[in-house]
Amino acid sequence: MITRERLVEITLVLLLAAVPIAAQLLNEPFYLTLATRVAILGLAAVGLNIALGLGGLVSFGHAAFFGVGGYVAGVLAIHAFNGTPMLLGLPGTKLMPFIWIVAILVSGLVALGIGALTLRTSGVYFIMITLAFAQMIYYFAISWPAYGGEDGLSFYVRNGFPGVDTLKPLPFLLICYALLALGLILFQVLRKSRFGAALQGARQNEVRVAATGISPYRIRLVAFVIWAMITGVAGALYADLNRFVSPAMLSWHMSGELIVLIVLGGVGRRFGPVVGAGLYVLLEYWLGGITERWQLFLGLMLLGVVLFARGGLIGLLAGKPRHG
Amino acid sequence: MSSALLVEQLLNGLQLGVMLYLMAAGLTLIFGVMGLINLAHGSLYMVGAFACAAVAAWTGSFFLALIGALIAAAAAGALMEILVIRRLYGRDHLDQVLATFALILVFSEATRWLFGPFPLYLDIPAILQGTVPLPGGSRYQIYRLAIIGVGIAVAIGLYLLISRTRLGMRIRAGESDREMIAALGVDIRTLYTVVFALGAGLAGLAGAMIGPLQSVQVGMGEPVLILAFVVIVIGGIGSNRGALIGAILVGVVDTMGRALLPGVLSGLLGPSAAATTGSSLASMLIYLVMVVILVFRPRGLFPAGS
Repeated sequence: MITRERLVEITLVLLLAAVPIAAQLLNEPFYLTLATRVAILGLAAVGLNIALGLGGLVSFGHAAFFGVGGYVAGVLAIHAFNGTPMLLGLPGTKLMPFIWIVAILVSGLVALGIGALTLRTSGVYFIMITLAFAQMIYYFAISWPAYGGEDGLSFYVRNGFPGVDTLKPLPFLLICYALLALGLILFQVLRKSRFGAALQGARQNEVRVAATGISPYRIRLVAFVIWAMITGVAGALYADLNRFVSPAMLSWHMSGELIVLIVLGGVGRRFGPVVGAGLYVLLEYWLGGITERWQLFLGLMLLGVVLFARGGLIGLLAGKPRHG
Repeated sequence: MSSALLVEQLLNGLQLGVMLYLMAAGLTLIFGVMGLINLAHGSLYMVGAFACAAVAAWTGSFFLALIGALIAAAAAGALMEILVIRRLYGRDHLDQVLATFALILVFSEATRWLFGPFPLYLDIPAILQGTVPLPGGSRYQIYRLAIIGVGIAVAIGLYLLISRTRLGMRIRAGESDREMIAALGVDIRTLYTVVFALGAGLAGLAGAMIGPLQSVQVGMGEPVLILAFVVIVIGGIGSNRGALIGAILVGVVDTMGRALLPGVLSGLLGPSAAATTGSSLASMLIYLVMVVILVFRPRGLFPAGS
C-alpha cells in the first residue's frame, strides 16, 4: 500500500527531476543553481538527520565539518592550480572523487577528536561545547593567513570529475543529485540496521541500551563521525558550487541554518532534509526577492513551526510517522 | 615584555572578564532556574547597546542612557519571556535552541530595520574620560576601570540578592523544586518572568557599557554569547560563583594569550612565523583551556548543587 509519506516522497523526486527540464524549457539556467543548492544543503541535512533525527544529538557545531569539507576542496584545488606541494610534500588535486575522499577522511578525523570529548557530556553542555569547538575552528580559519584568512579562498575553475564537464551547471547538478541519493540510501540502510536500532534506542532510553551490553557512547561516536563525513562531502560540493570558501561556512549561523532546514522539513523523516532544503532555498529566493529583510520573516516562520507545527512540512503533508 | 604592559593587559583581561560575567550570570541563572538554554541572550546585549546609543543621542547624558538601556533590555527580556520563552520550558533542548535562534534572526533584522545598516558610536562620558597612572609608568583609561568596578558591584549585589532577599530565596527554591514552591503559593510564572528580565537587564547593561569602547552594531552580541557559553561550561552550569571565576579566567587568559603568545613563540619560530602562529594559537587558547578543564572536570569547576 502506498502511504501518504511515500506519495509525498515520489512527488518530491519528480519535482527535483522536473527542475532541469523546466530550466531548459524556460531558458532559466539559474534554476539549476537553485536545485544544486537544494541538493547540497539537503545532503548536509541528511547527515544531521542521522545524528539528530535518529540519535537525538542536538549540536550547534556541525558547520565545522561543512567548513572543513569546503576548505579541503579549496586547499587541494589551490595547490593543484599553483603546482605547489602541501603538507608532507603531497600534491594537490582537482579531481572531485579524490577531494571527496580527503574531505571524508579529514572531517571524520576532526569529528573523532571533537566527538570523543564532547560526547562525554549531554544536553545543554553538548550544545554549548560543540558550538565552542566549531567556533575555535572558525577563529583558526580567520586568523591563519595562508589560505586567505578572513577573506576566504577563491579558486577560479570548478574541480573536475572524470568524463563529466563540471563547468556546465547541468552535469554538476546531476553529480549533486547522485550524491544526495547515495546519502538518502545510506540513511535508510542505517535506520534499518542493528546500528540504527541501537542509536535510536540510545535516544529513547540510554539506560536500557546500556543494560543490553551496548555502549551508548560508542554508538553515538560512530554516528557523530558518519554525520561529519557526510557533512564534509556536502561542504566540498558547496565550495565547488561557489568556487569559493570562507570562514562563513564555519560560522554558527551555518549550523543554525542546517538545523532550521531539517526542522522545517521534519526531524527523523527520510525525506525531511530534502523537503527542508527545498523550502529553505525557495524561501530565500522568493522572500529574498521581495524584501531585503527576509530573515525577519524566516525567523517568525521558524518560531511558528517550533511553537505550533512540530512535525515540519512532511508532518503537515504526510501525518505523523508510523513509529518513532 | 615590560611589567607596565603586563599590568595593562591584566586589567584589560579583567575588564573583558567582567563583561563576560554580566552575560554569563544571566545565562546561568536562567538555565539554573528554568532549565532553558537561551541563544538570544546576545540579542539582549545588543538591545542594551542600541538603547544606550539612542538615549545618549536624545538626552546627551550617558548615565540616563545606561538606565534606559537597563530598562529597555529588561523590558525586551520580559516581553520575550511572555510571548515565546514561556512556551518552551517543558520542551526539549532542540525546540529551545531553534526558537531562540529564530529570535536572533528577528531581533537582528528588526534592529537593522530601526537603526539602519551602519554602526553607531558612543562617547565616553566626560567624568570618566582621561587616564590614571599605573605602576611601571604607563597610563590606564578610567572608563575601563569603571567597568571593572561596576562588574564587581553587580557580582556582590547579585550574590546578596540571591542569598539574602526574599526574591533570592524564591529563586533558590525554584532551582531545587519548582512544584513544591508552586504548591506553597508562589506565583511561579511571574517569578520566571522576573528572573528572565533580570538576566536580560544584566546583558543589556553589559552591552551598554561596551558601547563607548566598540562600535554599536547588529551582530555584536554573538561573539560575546559564545564566550559566555565557554565561561559557563568552565564554571559549571547554574553556578553564579562558577560564572564569576570562569569569566575572569576566560577574560584574562584570552587577553594575555593574545598579548604574550607571539612574543613567546618568536624565540622558537622567528618573528614573522611567530606572529601568525601566535595569533592563531591565541584565538584558540580559551577553547583549549576549556577542553583541558572538561577532561578533568566534565561538569565544570563549580557544578551546581554540589
